[in-house]
Amino acid sequence: MSTFQFPPSIRSRPVYGTLAPRPGKAHLMIADAEGAEAILSLAGQGPGLMAKTHVIYIPKGTGETYVDQLRALKSAQFYTGPTYAASVQRIRRVLSDAHMGLQVYLAGTEGLMGQAEAEAIAAGIPHSAIQTEHRGSVARRMQCVHCKGITEDVMTDPFTCAHCGLNLFVRDHYSRRLAAFQGVCVDAEDPGNVPEPRELYS
Amino acid sequence: MTIQFNDETFRDDYSFRNSDRAIKRFPFPFHEDSYMYSVNMEQHRGGPSGSVYEKRFDVDEHYLSEMRDRAIVLAEDPLRCQSLPHMTLAGWDTLELIMVSKSEDYPDLFELHRDGSRWRWVNKPMGIDHTFTFLDETTLPCGPLEYITRQAQGDYAVLDQRGDMLYMDAGMVTTQADWSLDFDIGMDFFEWHAPVPLAHEMGIFKRALKFLLNVQQGAPARRLNWTMTVNPLLDTSPENYHKWGIQKTTLTPENIGAKQHLRVELQTFYRLPRSNALLFPIRCYLIAFQDIVSVPKWGRRLHRVVRDLPDELATYKGFIANRPMMLDYLSQYDDGLPTSPGVWPDLETEPPLQR
Repeated sequence: MSTFQFPPSIRSRPVYGTLAPRPGKAHLMIADAEGAEAILSLAGQGPGLMAKTHVIYIPKGTGETYVDQLRALKSAQFYTGPTYAASVQRIRRVLSDAHMGLQVYLAGTEGLMGQAEAEAIAAGIPHSAIQTEHRGSVARRMQCVHCKGITEDVMTDPFTCAHCGLNLFVRDHYSRRLAAFQGVCVDAEDPGNVPEPRELYS
Repeated sequence: MTIQFNDETFRDDYSFRNSDRAIKRFPFPFHEDSYMYSVNMEQHRGGPSGSVYEKRFDVDEHYLSEMRDRAIVLAEDPLRCQSLPHMTLAGWDTLELIMVSKSEDYPDLFELHRDGSRWRWVNKPMGIDHTFTFLDETTLPCGPLEYITRQAQGDYAVLDQRGDMLYMDAGMVTTQADWSLDFDIGMDFFEWHAPVPLAHEMGIFKRALKFLLNVQQGAPARRLNWTMTVNPLLDTSPENYHKWGIQKTTLTPENIGAKQHLRVELQTFYRLPRSNALLFPIRCYLIAFQDIVSVPKWGRRLHRVVRDLPDELATYKGFIANRPMMLDYLSQYDDGLPTSPGVWPDLETEPPLQR
């Protein structure tokens, strides 16, 4: 099991649950990397569930590890995408074609769940109606508050903004609209005095 | 009285100054010799003549210079003013409230002539005379919220109310105490306050939300908040923190009286009539330490408040590193005498410094 118990934090920080089947005419499951394990577990709980399900899966670093198992679920539609960016047009199309009663399930890294959630919200689904389950890496999708650039898969605090190069500390303050945590300059008051980066939750 | 508008800056050479009148009417935020969070709400129905509480939207000597500073910030970063698509009507509500209030409260400075939906707005200090059609965006040079808040001091958050919750869904934010509208837009009341320490555990936000959800049309409310700012810098935004943060390290015992400023927010809350949104103006007032201590009661009290503030609050408000130097300075103006209750300067009745 690739699960991680996040410590309690501030009110804007997302909390994740465990996916459970809900009644619905159609189901959309979006997962990346170890998020596949949550989909496999979910599929086992709902007889007939997968026949009404569209699975969108981005393996990230896990390669072929889960692809055959997911395909064996015989979902109504199954798609593997090379990256989230390559998959997002398909996600938008599925959401725009969706009818009342679509159930959305997200699993995997925070960055994947956050971005897919933002798409679902933009399509009119309230965030409270979207199920999420964290699996795999605790890396974060960070927005630099200074240059607004997004750095994906941040594993350390502090880290270097991939765009403007400032040294940023990792806040728990999270924007659902941006699907990103906030990164703020760590050495603004003492330039050059950057703490040694520590792995998140280490 | 006619206001003499200052020509001053809030950046670079920092020529901002408060006149004697501005010092005496400063909204000093401490009603006693200590400070802790509270839901310190009261009705916003005027106040003593000449005070910042008297009018619905206070216009003071800094008006023109603050509006120039806002224009500079917006030119550099247009995302400081945003409005989610469903908030346009609340923007018109805001425009109406400010135009009506200012034209009634300052008839020598502002005029509003309404003929049905055909409105003529005259802003004499800014040299604006503009006729437009109310509720028709094509007759304004920008959205209604941006249009009117480019002409009104203070930041403006516009909060949508849905399902017993407030959402930060629009705003004009260029004089903020280190929060980002661009990041927080769309968040609910608890989410955008998430980084504030202690207050959640104290139940402050639950009670504040309950109060705010029930603010009625025609019955606005107000409260004060405060922090510290080195130099009279209005734009203490997180966006520019990597540029201004270093200024905190420029304090010396010699310059602290002139450089260190108390930053007070007069926060008001108005229910808007068409949208049922809540308008949340956050008006920033700055005052140098050397001007505060010119009022003996305020000098005594500020020393005691800063000295006794819990470390968590001094950290959150960003002055924990400078607190010892602030106390060295302020202690010179605290002779240990008792202070009168309330926020007013009480210059006639409070004794001068006994040193």
